[in-house]
Amino acid sequence: MRGLPMGLSIRGLTRTFPGQGRAAPTLALQPTDLDVAPGEFVSILGPSGCGKSTLLRIVAGLDRPTGGHVTLNGRQVTRPGPDRGMVFQSYTLFPWLTVRQNIAFGLRERGLPEAQIRETTEKFIARTGLRGFEEHWPRQLSGGMQQRTALARALANDPEILLLDEPFGALDHQTRELMQELLLEVWGADTPETRKTVLFVTHDIDEAVFLANRVLVMSARPGRVKAEVPVPLPYPRDWTVKTTPDFAALKARLMAEIREEVRKAALA
Amino acid sequence: MEPLKPVSASVRVLLGIGFFALFIGLWALVTLGGYVQPLFLASPGRALAAGWSLFTEYNFLGDIGMTVWRVLGGFLVAAAFAVPLGLMMGAYKPVEAFFEPFISFARYLPASAFIPLLILWAGVGEAQKLSVIILGSVFQIVIMVAVIAGATRIDLVEAAYTLGARQGGILRRVIIPAAAPQVMEALRLVLGWAWTYVIVAELIGAQSGIGHMIMDSQRLLDTGQMIFGIVVIGLIGLVTDLLFKALNRRLFRWASL
Repeated sequence: MRGLPMGLSIRGLTRTFPGQGRAAPTLALQPTDLDVAPGEFVSILGPSGCGKSTLLRIVAGLDRPTGGHVTLNGRQVTRPGPDRGMVFQSYTLFPWLTVRQNIAFGLRERGLPEAQIRETTEKFIARTGLRGFEEHWPRQLSGGMQQRTALARALANDPEILLLDEPFGALDHQTRELMQELLLEVWGADTPETRKTVLFVTHDIDEAVFLANRVLVMSARPGRVKAEVPVPLPYPRDWTVKTTPDFAALKARLMAEIREEVRKAALA
Repeated sequence: MEPLKPVSASVRVLLGIGFFALFIGLWALVTLGGYVQPLFLASPGRALAAGWSLFTEYNFLGDIGMTVWRVLGGFLVAAAFAVPLGLMMGAYKPVEAFFEPFISFARYLPASAFIPLLILWAGVGEAQKLSVIILGSVFQIVIMVAVIAGATRIDLVEAAYTLGARQGGILRRVIIPAAAPQVMEALRLVLGWAWTYVIVAELIGAQSGIGHMIMDSQRLLDTGQMIFGIVVIGLIGLVTDLLFKALNRRLFRWASL
């Protein structure tokens, strides 16, 4: 591709929120550099309010950086687009559309032929275990099923990168663990060469380690990447990984890193 | 009775009918008991009899039809202008900034106070009757629709953007469907108000309609006919309200789940 950098590249990204009234402006993100290679699964771990969601929203094009820039496969990010699929923590299914219509939303917006929309929608209904729920309205679904649909909706659009902003944050613990396994299953269904690049924001250490092949720890506000921990556990992973000594060692290391930041965040 | 405790469907219906019965009972008591002179208030029986003669002798059905057509005609014209403008105002802040101050002012102008002017401009024909209703409804609808559309969940809009939607797609396939059920509720409310405007319009310079009939009855001191006319307005209002609600439930099943 004409020597352009592939994958996601973030250079000197900063974000300052203007102060309300006479309050001083808030620095949310210190100059941040980050590279994510195609097919990588990166977790961004940090305490609440550390700017990790801000970082993700800038990559999505939903927020503008104060300085620096983001490029995806050589193209600079200036606005939201279907090349960057996103799943939010809040339930963002369109309540007036059925599960099937929600999954087809992006495909319809892009004006794809009806046959292709049908085929793709069916594929992701099957992959995310939504068979039998196609004609349900979002209000008839549990939180877990809604997030499955949101994941299918983002994936059906075939984005170059998947941005996940604490997508399982509102779910109960058991559902959450099931959804983590489902996510890995769906992501791993593609061959290693064609797997989606994933940026996964969370404050849950177990979740960060279980899913990613690299975990970035962010500092308390103003956020910056303070540590980078590779996760050498082989895929495919299932829940039993969480009981291995390797997992426990990674978790202990990340816990030490994050505890300090959580304490700072609590005092701030 | 416990606070906020729900009541069963049958008890609810019984209680609802109960108050109607109590109301009519009291009415019968004060009129038939001789506490109020028939000149001022007719008894329920007299009102019913007057109603019968209205239908059989005075073509009251024609009056009703006339009034219903005026209300619906004026209301539909108002909605056809106001709903699109309200949606544009809710969706696009510069449009809102342009129209909102004027419309906030205009909606406090009493439609009934315009009747003399409207007669001057449009005569005493149908155009004047419709104008009163349009004037009374249009600004109310605009403001309510603008508020509803402006309150569209921003996370749904953002989700649509990340799925590849552009400006037009956001308006047509996110803001409008999200606002639709509440817009219909707002229309239901304004339709109720339109009924009060039409009667006022018909009290002055009209040759037909329920309001005109009530005015005629006053000249003849026929309180039975007047009361029957008022009750008919209430009943038509109730029926249109129920129809509107049923339509909304059918159209927006997703919203009532």
